[in-house]
Amino acid sequence: MIKFIESIGYRTLSFFQEAGAVFIMVWRVFKYLSEVWRNRSLVFQQMLEIGVRSLPLVIFVGVFAGAVASVQTAYQLEGYISFNYLGAATSIAIFIELGPVLTALVAAGRVSASIAAEIGTMKVTEQIDALEALAIDPLRYLAMPRILSGFIMVPILTIFADFVGLLGAYFVAYLNLGLSPEIFFGSVKEFFTIMNVMSGLIKAFVFGGVTAIIGCHVGFGTEGGAEGVGKSTIRAFVLSSALILLNDYLLSVLLF
Amino acid sequence: MIEIVNLKKSFDEKIVLRNVNLKVYDGEKLVIIGRSGCGKSVLLKNILNLMQPDRGYILVDQVPIKKVSQRDLFYLRKQFGFLFQGSALFDSMTVAENIALPLVEHTDLSPKEIKIQVAEKLEMVGLPGIENLKPSELSGGMKKRVALARAIIMNPKYVLYDEPTTGLDPIMAANIDHLINELNDRLNVTSIIVTHDMQSVSRIADRVVMLHMGMIMFEGSVEELHTTDNPIVYQFVHAKMDGPIQPKPLKY
Repeated sequence: MIKFIESIGYRTLSFFQEAGAVFIMVWRVFKYLSEVWRNRSLVFQQMLEIGVRSLPLVIFVGVFAGAVASVQTAYQLEGYISFNYLGAATSIAIFIELGPVLTALVAAGRVSASIAAEIGTMKVTEQIDALEALAIDPLRYLAMPRILSGFIMVPILTIFADFVGLLGAYFVAYLNLGLSPEIFFGSVKEFFTIMNVMSGLIKAFVFGGVTAIIGCHVGFGTEGGAEGVGKSTIRAFVLSSALILLNDYLLSVLLF
Repeated sequence: MIEIVNLKKSFDEKIVLRNVNLKVYDGEKLVIIGRSGCGKSVLLKNILNLMQPDRGYILVDQVPIKKVSQRDLFYLRKQFGFLFQGSALFDSMTVAENIALPLVEHTDLSPKEIKIQVAEKLEMVGLPGIENLKPSELSGGMKKRVALARAIIMNPKYVLYDEPTTGLDPIMAANIDHLINELNDRLNVTSIIVTHDMQSVSRIADRVVMLHMGMIMFEGSVEELHTTDNPIVYQFVHAKMDGPIQPKPLKY
């Protein structure tokens, strides 16, 4: 019994210790935001890596997510509501939920894991120590550009995902139901509010930051050779995915 | 001058350094020897504050490196060059970018001036013209020499070498030792070299310190190292199997 209580205490302490370490890292990274201009090439490099190179995957996922949303919504509307509202129902689902969450989950898989693997490998091969020894703070040189790019690029990727998702949804609606673009996009336009898109982008902003922060935190905490790097990669993906879904719920409560 | 005072460092239950006291004088080449895992590399990393001691402190030119702000710590670190055991070159960068990084980060030199300095240092370590290669295209000895070029690019006052000749063939090891001597003479740096290569010790050391079980077991010149009657030092220096040092690492 005592051992059980001890293990709960130990896990609780570990949790708060880790959460504290993440907040301290984020605070120290934010202090370097004043040096963004000096480090602009590093930031652009990461924006390219996190944003531009994720685009094909995000487009692929976006098109199919939109297509599936269209099929599912049509199935639910059938017999109750006119298919003329299919565009509105699908687009709201894409803007609020599917666009930001699926984009962030793709980013968690591709970006968070790759950040953790890259920084983790640097840690176990003493490259992080080498940066420190050269009087270069790894938080400025490695973490700041990645975290900033995460915050900026995931919302941009989400805009792409929203757009191609809508096209995918329309394509399926046209194939299955023969809906004309006027009807489909007319209903999208009729029920369109900027708040729906903005709330999705606010979510994407938070998810993007969380993904990059977790990738950096897990990467810097990597220990023990290749096995440690592998474990960090998995941990970064699992943690960031879980935090995306948790934040999705919290933000949905806050925003709606 | 670097002064190490009552330094203690442990990892969980294992005490690696216990009350180490050592002075490193300006301009000298101090060699630290000892068995693998005896805390030599840990001592080097403590000097740069890459690891923090549990007790004790280190003074670099009278400044306690553990207690300074991050800004001052980075100022102090700029006076150091550190050659890592595994070279620790940045995989994503070319040789030239690796060597130039401290100049890009800490100076206002133009790209042209940086290029000249990089070429100069590569020439110094005997590897001219390899600026555009990636670390993955280099042999172990070349990596060490590129890492050395990076370590000395800011013309540091102190250079710390963590096993500079480990894993190299004897000729390459002799080359690296020659470089260390040359750097001391040409740039007037203070060098601390961690090694267990006894041939290197003879070639480079002004003074030798032996670490054993977390403590300094011996301190003296190379001649004294070879003539000491301390059985532990004798066994280590002459690579004897029989003696007070057990083949299996002792628990301490």
